[in-house]
Amino acid sequence: MFKQMRNTLAALVAICAMAGAASAETLINGAGATFPYPIYSKWFGEYAKIDTSVKFNYQSIGSGGGIKQITEQTVDFGASDKFLTDAELKAAPGKLVHIPTVMGAVVVTYNVPGVNTGLKLSADDISGIYLGKITMWNDPKIADENRGVALPAKPIIVVHRSDGSGTTAIFTDYLSNVSPEWKSKVGMGTSVKWPAGLGGKGNEGVAGQVKNTAYSVGYVELAYAFENKLPFATLKNRDGHYVVPSIKSTTAAAAGAAKHMPSDYRISLVNQPGKDAYPIAGFTWLLVYEHQKDAAKGKKLVEFLKWELKKGQKLAAPLLYAPLPPNVVKMVEKTIAGIK
Amino acid sequence: MNQFHYDSVEATVSHDEQVRDIDSARGFSGDRIFKMITLGFASSIILILLLITVGMAVESVPALKQFGWKFITGSNWDAVQGQFGALPYIWGSIVSSLLAIIIATPLSVGTALFITEIAPGKLGGAIASLVELLAAIPSVIYGLWGILVMAPWLQRTVEPFLVDHFGFLPFFRGAPYGVGMLAAVIIIMIMIIPIITSITKEVLLAVPKSQKEAAVALGATRWETIRMAVLPYGRSGILGAVVLGLGRAIGETMAVTMVIGNAPQISLSLLDPAYTMPSVIANEFAEATSKLHSAALMEIGLILLVLTLLINIMARVLIWGVTRQRSAGGHI
Repeated sequence: MFKQMRNTLAALVAICAMAGAASAETLINGAGATFPYPIYSKWFGEYAKIDTSVKFNYQSIGSGGGIKQITEQTVDFGASDKFLTDAELKAAPGKLVHIPTVMGAVVVTYNVPGVNTGLKLSADDISGIYLGKITMWNDPKIADENRGVALPAKPIIVVHRSDGSGTTAIFTDYLSNVSPEWKSKVGMGTSVKWPAGLGGKGNEGVAGQVKNTAYSVGYVELAYAFENKLPFATLKNRDGHYVVPSIKSTTAAAAGAAKHMPSDYRISLVNQPGKDAYPIAGFTWLLVYEHQKDAAKGKKLVEFLKWELKKGQKLAAPLLYAPLPPNVVKMVEKTIAGIK
Repeated sequence: MNQFHYDSVEATVSHDEQVRDIDSARGFSGDRIFKMITLGFASSIILILLLITVGMAVESVPALKQFGWKFITGSNWDAVQGQFGALPYIWGSIVSSLLAIIIATPLSVGTALFITEIAPGKLGGAIASLVELLAAIPSVIYGLWGILVMAPWLQRTVEPFLVDHFGFLPFFRGAPYGVGMLAAVIIIMIMIIPIITSITKEVLLAVPKSQKEAAVALGATRWETIRMAVLPYGRSGILGAVVLGLGRAIGETMAVTMVIGNAPQISLSLLDPAYTMPSVIANEFAEATSKLHSAALMEIGLILLVLTLLINIMARVLIWGVTRQRSAGGHI
């Protein structure tokens, strides 16, 4: 019996040793924004098929969490819908590089019985509504853009996000850009002091609120609106054209901005010039240290970034994310090459 | 009956002394080890409570230093400007919980009375099981039901009715959103009824039959029996149940966040949206980038913790006062 036990034990140890050798793959951890989580998931899954020696692990805890974790170096890369401020960059122990991966857009969704599609809104309309100054649907300002549409004489119920989010950051960035009053009264951020309206938790909360509340208006992520077939408004962009939110018009916003893109990509894409540019769009970034502490991990990370830029972009559109325009892709290639 | 009571107390006291004598005589016995292990468990709970309180206090120091008492009295919560005043959240938590308790307590005590005193055996048992089933439902499900079913119903039917007929009161003014303080109060009430009912039921079942028989023998009707013999006997237990319910009401996060409208404002109207302390922490913590924002949210958590502890202490004092009065006075 003792011999039997010894043999079993030896076999177990051998199996464990083999298993240990097999799991000598590199594990790269990341954390951050919830908005790009679906596309990052898809990328990590596809990349694991190409390179079996590396495994990515991503926790979508929110942009704020991502920034905190990469600053404290508890993860290998961070992800954020909001670029870091100068102060936040200084707080990091090394030089943090922003790598734009895909773009998102924010659509204005509404629930007005009788107006199913095609509501047109201008920047003044939206900022007036969210400031609480335009309170009725049949306000002359809104009626002006929508000649021929019967707008009801009902109060507008404003819905915004109650939780901190990149979507709010992009939306308030746009409002600060187009309305000096918004900029001084409220400002931009992932969590702001809303002058009016109810808060819903997450994109689902806002969408649910708008769906269930007649005469309400809210803002949600483009992908979310498309997936859930929510009605959304056509917005007047900087050049005066009414643009329907779509993947094409989002990419067009970045193309317009590429001419004056800063080398660290810390740029807001709202209200960009361009005939087809959708006015409420933004990058989402991966945050990586320029100098990688762990050389092996760093090499694998750079390889992934190169793949993501070349092949990964094609996977973005089916998931309703806007891929980067070609001129931005060229710039990002150079940036990635600089990560050691 | 009193005589019997004293005898058993005396017997218990001497038995304890005997056990203690055996203990010290035997030295390092199994009993001693058992005592130490259970002491360890008990002190670990106190230790956890201390660690949580101290940990939260330490994390909220930046906000404590910056705002001091203005944190509790100020109403301006602006993450962009770095201004944090938590009064709307404290108001929302206290008002929603108190209103829910005020409405839930008579309902729960009534249900418990029905189960124990009035309903025939099997029916009482069935209702008791159903009530306990309510307690087992996760709070997210309540939230989903609230926002998908109850809030639209409130917006379409109940709130316009309240505005039309009771709009002269300041409590029923404003546009009907569906979500808001009223929705939150209803959801919390539904969630705490099972707790209060279960505990009250146990308390009422513990009322000695002799008390009820004595009241009936004196010619009391059913209601008079309940009023004279049952309820006063269970008073402290019912109070304890209510406090437990209040504790759950104040801490309820997910279900409330989904239906309260999340607008940090102080308003008398039940139709207006509001905001509670657990809701703001759940909503803003993940994305709070600045240290001051995180510290402010931690301070709200600290306030919530202190509030819960205060309520429990107050309840203990109340229960002690009630039981003392009862035994000292002799009459009820």
